[in-house]
Order: sequence, then structure tokens, then C-alpha cells
Amino acid sequence: MDTQTMKSQEKSTKTTERISGSEAIVRCLIEEGVDILYGYPGGAIMPVYDELYKYQDKIHHVLTRHEQGATHSAQGYARISGRVGVAIATSGPGATNLITGIADAQIDSTPMVCITGQVPSHLLGSDAFQETDIVGISTPVTKWNCQVTRAEDIPEALAKAFYIAKSGRPGPVLIDITKDAQFNEFDFSYEKCTHVRSYIPVPETDVSKVEEAAKLINAAKKPLIVWGQGIILGEAEEQLKAVVEKAGIPAAWTILGASAIPTSHPLNVGMVGMHGNYAPNVLTNECDVLIAIGMRFDDRVTGSLNTYAKQAKVIHFEIDPAEIDKNVKTDVAVLGNSKISLDLLLPLLEQNSHNEWHQKFKDLYEIEYEKVIKNDLYPTKEGITMAEVLKEINIQSEGKAAIVSDVGQHQMIACRYANFNVTKSNITSGGLGTMGFGLPAAIGAKMAAPDREVVSISGDGGYQMTIQELGTIFQQKAAVKVVVLNNDFLGMVRQWQQLFFDKRYASTEMVNPNFVAIAEGYYIKARKVTKREDLAEAVAEMMQSKEAYFLEVCVEKEDNVFPMIPSGASVSDIRLE
Amino acid sequence: MSTEEKQLYSVSIYTENNIGLLNRISAIFQRRHINIESLNTSPSEIEGVSKFTIVVNMNEVNIKKILGQIEKQVEVIKAYYHSLDDIIYQIAGLFKIKSELLFEERQIQNIIKESNARIVTVNKDFFVVEKSGKKEEIVELYNKLSPFGIMQYTRSGLIAVTKEEMKISSLIESYNN
Repeated sequence: MDTQTMKSQEKSTKTTERISGSEAIVRCLIEEGVDILYGYPGGAIMPVYDELYKYQDKIHHVLTRHEQGATHSAQGYARISGRVGVAIATSGPGATNLITGIADAQIDSTPMVCITGQVPSHLLGSDAFQETDIVGISTPVTKWNCQVTRAEDIPEALAKAFYIAKSGRPGPVLIDITKDAQFNEFDFSYEKCTHVRSYIPVPETDVSKVEEAAKLINAAKKPLIVWGQGIILGEAEEQLKAVVEKAGIPAAWTILGASAIPTSHPLNVGMVGMHGNYAPNVLTNECDVLIAIGMRFDDRVTGSLNTYAKQAKVIHFEIDPAEIDKNVKTDVAVLGNSKISLDLLLPLLEQNSHNEWHQKFKDLYEIEYEKVIKNDLYPTKEGITMAEVLKEINIQSEGKAAIVSDVGQHQMIACRYANFNVTKSNITSGGLGTMGFGLPAAIGAKMAAPDREVVSISGDGGYQMTIQELGTIFQQKAAVKVVVLNNDFLGMVRQWQQLFFDKRYASTEMVNPNFVAIAEGYYIKARKVTKREDLAEAVAEMMQSKEAYFLEVCVEKEDNVFPMIPSGASVSDIRLE
Repeated sequence: MSTEEKQLYSVSIYTENNIGLLNRISAIFQRRHINIESLNTSPSEIEGVSKFTIVVNMNEVNIKKILGQIEKQVEVIKAYYHSLDDIIYQIAGLFKIKSELLFEERQIQNIIKESNARIVTVNKDFFVVEKSGKKEEIVELYNKLSPFGIMQYTRSGLIAVTKEEMKISSLIESYNN
């Protein structure tokens, strides 16, 4: 660090001025273009809050109701905007409360910078009040982290933090800053970081690998694309669409890849994975060339690896070299940024339509429609289904809303049935499966993209894990639409208990409070729907509301999400009932 | 040797000199339940660049994956793995023994001589024998000395240089530009 500090100071032509470390932190954030940050004050971070008070016309601090909420809001902000989300907290419990969000951002590759206060450096290691080794604790779940004990090291640490968080495969970075470093004065100047010598964010695309990939794709009779969030993070939506259309390849998506190509696109064949669509899962084991783009073959996508796409040649377009051959052995690995790689691929592809192959997807969709989709969307039974609620939201939003889901049954239903016609519209906790993610993430998303309709969809379980963020909605006047699909159960766990534990419903039944009264307690307009005939009108009222709105829909208690690949089974053994 | 079969590998990791990095690297092994047989950190041939030498017992498929995870760390410059046949390595062992034995048990002096070990220090209470070499050689010396009674025994981590050239210097040169 020291040699680089010296170098950057030599290069810097800016004049310096003498300010405190805490003012420097806020100035660094402004230099990085941060307009909103989420956090919670406390002893060891108070000098920074004092500066945030002074700079409040330039940077807006959102007081969340819990530090975990701050991280999820920062994640929601990042996921909808592509910018770096920022969360700030004090030392000790403030810092440890960030960990779930950091772990979530790590596994879902979300750019986030977390700043924590720390006890003064002379007290480090003394078990001081609210001292915790947050650098040690956060190490396995951060892309990078460091502790700053000297004011003069703050600008470089923060510049590096933003650069590392956003570049290459994004991820969370934590900077822990001792209170004395916040108080001490130094000569401030700021220079953005553009290079860290030990770090290659984007490996160069090897053209010969692209050519090999093109050769395989052109020779394929039954090619299948599975794309992931790498398309959205790499802003390669147009490139992907062009490739899919030119080569006529059916394209499926992982949960985090959703919305990169509109749901309505004829070559979009749906979601892969445990609760994904029937056709892309079954036909994964029938395709001759599997083209994975910006995805990481998560176990929820592949099911049993021993029986996953064994018949296919596998091409993997990926920015992170550590993902190559990690789970699935590839025949051709194309490292690099998806946008650049797909741009190189496109001219090498032959025009094709693969009509017969497409027909297979259509045939299997018909089976899924008859067995699952029809009953979800147009049920004949009395109880409301979760999918019906999504259907109404689709109608009202014309598929343009950003859907922020929590974790569980409603999440799978939201991903399966929401119409995603705009990119960056599916904000959900994929890899970590963090219940409680949805509500605070929706706040961050709405604040980052105030012009977009943002609908938070949670179950009654996850909603209550971060329900206190209703206070943030109220205080910030964030016009988030909050939907709770209430089945009085921890539905996904209950489904597994039904299927795999002989219906022993251990601690999955929920005795729930009056959700409408709670929302109203926060002065949020609220409504509860129990009958199908009220649903359309209630959703319409919610979507037309200019302010935040809470809608509880009491849904069928013991519905299950299908299709389903039982854990450890093969993708082609996906169950429809 | 098949890529599925476990064997000892020496992993050489060139890194920036950073306080938290040891934690970050050891966590990669810990998460996957891989026992670190030995670990050594030292400066490397390049100024300002540290080198970790970690010995693990793994198969080649998994060591490649681990290398990917290690190289992904921001402050890791480059990581390599080698089988023990591809490196020149040394391990050091230290033996602390009661001084009276040196004179009462003449055999001990012969053992030290035959093992190419050396006496580092002698005082009226104890003497210390040092032996560098392969692990087996140090264990052999231990087995020979142990009947006489060893007060303390310790063995260092493995340190190694490779038989083939490491292109790390030119790599760093290119990063700096």
C-alpha cells in the first residue's frame, strides 16, 4: 500500500486541504458520485455522522431501522441502478449486523461498499466497548476489506474500495475506520483508483476461444443458452438478444439472470433450476451444446452434477476464472466480459432457426401449462393462489415494474410468473436465500430509481424478519408497493416437510399479527384481501397509489410450488406434481 | 498419477504484503476442510512481494479449483502448485537434549554426525541439534534420538524453489506498466 500511496500522491496534481478523516470519508463518497447511503449511527462512527449532517445537501443519508436493512437497501440500490450501494454502521453490533447483507452481496456479486466505525486504534485488541474484529469476521464474505487506523490512508482505501467493489465480478468491500483516524486531520486530496497491480478485474477475451465456441454453436443441432446475472452486470442485454436471435437458440435464465431478455421474447424459454420451467430443465439433458453465459452452475440450477448435461458440449462465457470447471467441466471456456465476448461471437455465428428443436420446448411448455401453470393462474378452487396476484400485478404494471422478492415460495412464484419486460427488474436474494431481504431492498431500489414502479413481494415469514423497515419507508416517503402473500406458514419449509418429512410441520405454522394495523401504525395506506373478487381492484388501487401502499393477500395455506427438482435429483427428473 | 489421486502439493503464492491476507488464504482451505500440512511466509525474490508456501494433501482436480479461489483474492498476485518432485525443498528440525547425554551416551555424537545434523548450541543444561532436509530424514533422526530422551522437538514448514523457471518477475513487470 505504501509504495502505491506515494505514487498516487506524486501523480496527483490537485491541491490539498487540511481536513479531518471523517470529513474526508464524506468527501470521498461525494467524489465517487454517491448520492444516497444507508446506515445507522453509533459511538464509533459519530464523527462521520457529524460530517454527513454538514454535507446533507450533497449526500442523503437514510436512517434504516436495523443495520441489516441498510445493507439490503444498499443492495437494492445497486441491483436496480448498476451503481455501488453504500452502507455505514458503527463498530461492534452495528458492524456485525451488516454481515448477512455482505454475505448476500458476495454470493450474488453485488457491488457494495460498507463503512464501519472502529474503536480508537490504541484500544484495538483490548476488548473495548463495542469492539469487534469486523475485518476478521467479514474476511470470508467480502471481495476485499481493510482497516484504516490513520486519517491520511482514508482516501486511498476508499478509492480502492469503490474500484474493487464495482470492477470485474462485483462484490462487497468493507472498510473499517478507527475513531482516531476519523478525528485526526491531514492534507486531503482525492484520486480515483483505476488499477491495483495484483488484481485483474476482467481477463482479456481470447479470440481463438470465441472462434472455437462459434464453431461448436454453428455445428449444433440442439443448442441451449443458459444465461445468468453476468449479462446484467456486464450490460450485455442487447448483445445476448442479438446472439439468440441470429443463431435461433432457445435461451433460458437463472434466477438472477431474469429480465435481461424480456419474458415475452419468443426465444426466452424460461427459468432453469429447482423451481424453474419444465422445458429448459428437461432439455438441458437433451441439448447437444450448452452455452452458459455469466452464470456459475449453482446446485439449485444443476441438481445432481453426475447427471447434468452429460451428453452436451459445454461452452462457458465467464468473467471469473475460478468459476471455470468449478462445478461443470467445460469444453470451451471463454473468459472475459460478456458484452465484449458476445460482440466478438455474433459475426461468427450462422443464421439459424432450429425449428424442430424449438417445437420440443413448446411441447413441454404445453405439458407444464396443463399440469401447473393453468391451475396457478386460473385456479378452480376457492383459495387465492400466489400466481394470481402476480398476474394482476403484470396487468397493472404492463410488465414494467421492478419486482423485489424475498425468499421462499412467493419468490419462486414471483420469478416464474412476473412479466419482466425491462432489464434489472428482478431483485431477489438468489445465492444466499436471505429471508428479510425483500422489504429493505425494495426501499433501496425505489430510492435509486424513483421513476420506476417498485413492488416488494414477501411471504408472511420473511416480511417479519425486517418488518421494522416500514419505518424507513414512512420517514423517507419512499413510494414502495409492499405486498405480503400470507399463507400463515413458512411455506417453502412446509412444502418440504409435506414432501420429505411426512407432513410433520415442525415450527412452520405462523400465528400472525394484524399486518394492516402494523402498516397503518407506520401511517402507510394498507388493505387486506381475502376474496378473489376483490383482488384485481385492490392490486389496481395499490399500483395507482402515488405513495407507499401495503397489500396483504391471504392465499391458499398449503399450496406447493411446482415444477420441482427434488434436491440431489437430476434436472430431467423434475416433478410436475 | 491420476488427477483424482491425493498427493502432497506445494502451493506457492506471491502476494502483496498485507496483514489480513493470511486469514483470507487460510479461510479458503478451512471452508473446504483441507488440512494445511505446513505453511511458511517470507519475503520473495521481488522487493515488496511476499511468498506463502503451503503444503496440502489433495488431488489435482481440487488443487486447481483452490488455485482459482486463491488467485481471485485481490491482493494475490499469482499462485502456482507443484508436486514435491518438481521442487527443491527443505524442512528444518530442532532437537533440544540434556547436555549430560552428550557425554554419557557417545552414540549420540555418531548419530548427529551420520545424519549430517549439527549442534547449534551447547550449555551446561542442554544442547540443540539442527537438521535440514526432507521430512523423512528429520523423522529418522527423531526416531534415533528419541530413545535417549528429547526435551523439545519442532519441525519447520516446507520451503521450496522450483526446478523450472517461475515467470513471476516478468509478470509483475507487466502489471506495473
